[in-house]
Amino acid sequence: MSRRGVARTLTYLSLAGASAVVLLPLLVVLLTSLKSGQEMANGSGALELPENPLDFGNYLTAFRDGRMLQAFGNTAFILLFSVTGTVVVGSMAAYAIDRYVFRLRKLVVALFLVATLVPGVTTQVATFQIVDSFGMFDSRWAPIALYMGTDIVSIYIFLQFVRSIPVSLDEAARLDGANAFTIYRKIILPLLKPAIATVVIVKGITVYNDFYIPFLYMPSEELGVISTSLFRFKGPFGAHWETISAGTVLVILPTLVVFLFLQRFIYNGFTRGATK
Amino acid sequence: MAHPTGRAARPQEAAPTAPPRAPRGPRLRRGATPWLFLAAPLLLLIVFTYAPVANMVAYSFTDWDGVSPELNYTGAGNYAELLTRPALFEVFFVSGYYLAASVLQIALALYFATVLSFNVRFRNFFKGVLFFPYLINGVAIGFVFLHFFQDGGTLDSVLRLLGVHTDRPWLGTPVSANVSLAGVSVWRYLGLNFVLFLGAIQSVPGELYEAAELDGANRRQQFRHIIAPGIRPVLSLSVILSVSGSLSAFEVPFIMTGGATGTETFVIQTVKLAFQFNKTGLASASAVVLLLIILAVTWVQRRLVPDDRVDLV
Repeated sequence: MSRRGVARTLTYLSLAGASAVVLLPLLVVLLTSLKSGQEMANGSGALELPENPLDFGNYLTAFRDGRMLQAFGNTAFILLFSVTGTVVVGSMAAYAIDRYVFRLRKLVVALFLVATLVPGVTTQVATFQIVDSFGMFDSRWAPIALYMGTDIVSIYIFLQFVRSIPVSLDEAARLDGANAFTIYRKIILPLLKPAIATVVIVKGITVYNDFYIPFLYMPSEELGVISTSLFRFKGPFGAHWETISAGTVLVILPTLVVFLFLQRFIYNGFTRGATK
Repeated sequence: MAHPTGRAARPQEAAPTAPPRAPRGPRLRRGATPWLFLAAPLLLLIVFTYAPVANMVAYSFTDWDGVSPELNYTGAGNYAELLTRPALFEVFFVSGYYLAASVLQIALALYFATVLSFNVRFRNFFKGVLFFPYLINGVAIGFVFLHFFQDGGTLDSVLRLLGVHTDRPWLGTPVSANVSLAGVSVWRYLGLNFVLFLGAIQSVPGELYEAAELDGANRRQQFRHIIAPGIRPVLSLSVILSVSGSLSAFEVPFIMTGGATGTETFVIQTVKLAFQFNKTGLASASAVVLLLIILAVTWVQRRLVPDDRVDLV
C-alpha cells in the first residue's frame, strides 16, 4: 500500500472508531429498553440482543408510571411561551438598537454585552430569591421568565439580521404613514424569518434539554419537565435499567428526529450562537 | 460565551440617523419610541441578570440563610471561610480533570474537523454522528453513561470482547470516577468544538488549497499554513469556553454521581451550600469567586488575542 493509502485507511479507521464510541453507548441503551424485566433479571449481557425486539412494554411503563406524558406536556407549554417570548423580546430589542439613535444607546448595548459574561449557574443563588419574591417559585412561569430574560445570544442573532434589512424599506413605509410598531410588525418581523427559525431551533433545543432551572424552580412532581421527570426515574426504577433505558430513549428520540430534519439550520444556529 | 469585540460597536455606524429637523411633536415621540421597544427586554435583563448579581454580592457579606428575615453583616468573613476550607481546593482539583479533558477534546475536535474538511466518504454521516451528542438531553446522557459504566455494563462487556477482564467499579474511586465523568463530558461537548472548527476551516476560500496543492504542499503543510491561521479566533474561543466550562462543570457529575466519591465540583458545592445547607451568604461568596475567576479568564484571553473577530456565517 502506498503511503497515501495507509494515511487514508488510518483516517477512515479513526472516523469509524469515533462513530463507534459515540453510537455504542446509545445503541446499548436502545437494546436494553427492549428487554423484558425477566431477561434483565436473568443477567442478559449489555451487548446481547433482546429476545423480542418488538416488545415495547417498558415504554408503556415509562409513559404511565414515569409520568412522561405529563412531562412532555409541561415541556411543550414552557417551550411555547419561552420561545415565543424570546423571539418577541429579542427582535424588539434588536429593532430598537439597530434602527434608532437615542441617548444612552451605548449604555444599553453595553448592558446586553456584559450580561453574556455572567454564567447563569453562578447567579442562581440570588436569582432564586427574586423569582421567589414574585411568587413564581414552583410554577411553570419561573422557567419561562428566566429563559426569556437571560437570552442575549438571540438578540445578537436578530441584530445581525435586522442590520441586513435595507433601511429604505422602513422609510418607504414611514412615508406611507406607517408608525414604528407597524414597521416592526409588517416589515421587520416578516423579513426576520430565517433568524426566527434559527432562534426557535437553538432556543427550543436548549430549553428542551435544560435540567438545572426546572430542577431548582419546580420541585413539584406534577410540574416535571422531561429532564426532571427522567431524573426522577432514578428512585422508583432504581435497578430497573430496562425502564430507565426506555425513558432515556423516549427523551432522545424527539431530538434525533429534529436533528435529522433540520440539520443545516442546527449547525448554522449553534455556530452562530456560540461565536456571538 | 459571547464576544463583545467590535460587534456591538458597529450597528450605530450602519444605523440611520433620524431625519434632521423633524417637527417638534414627532421628534419627541421618536425619542420615546426605542424605549417602548426596549422596555420589556431591558426589564427582563435587569431583573434576571443584574439584580441577582448585585444581590449576590450583597448577600456574600452576610450570614443570611435564605429564609429568615434576620441577617447579619459579617464583612469578608464568608470569603475568609471559603478560602481557608480545605474542601475548596478539592473542588478546584476536580476542575483539573475537566480541564485536562478539554485539552484532549480540543485536539480531537481539531483532528476530526481537519479530516472531514477534505473529501471523505460519508462525510455528512460522520459529521452528524460527531455532533449529535451535543444536542442530547443532559439527564439522558447521565443515564446512558451510568449504564455504560455500571458493573457488567457496556464498557466491561466491550473490554471482555477485546479479551480484557476488568473488575473495577468505574465510578467507585475518586480518580477513576473523575476520569470517567470527564470522559463523558468530552463525549458530550466534542461536537460543538468540532463543528466550530469545521465551519472556520470551510470558510477558508477553496482556491487557497488548490494553489497550495499546485505548489506541491502536502496535507501537513496545508494544515500548518492555511488551516491553522484561519481557525485561530475559533481556537481561542474554544479555549475560553473550555476553561469556564471546566470551572462550572455541573450537569454531568450532578446527575451521575451527585458529587459523591470525590466528584464534587465548584458549582455542585455552591448549589449544596445554598439549597441544602441554607448557607446563602457563603454560597453567594462562592458564586462571586467563580464569577470573578471567569471574568478574569475572559479578560486574559482578550489581552492575549486582542482582535479576534469571529465571523463564521
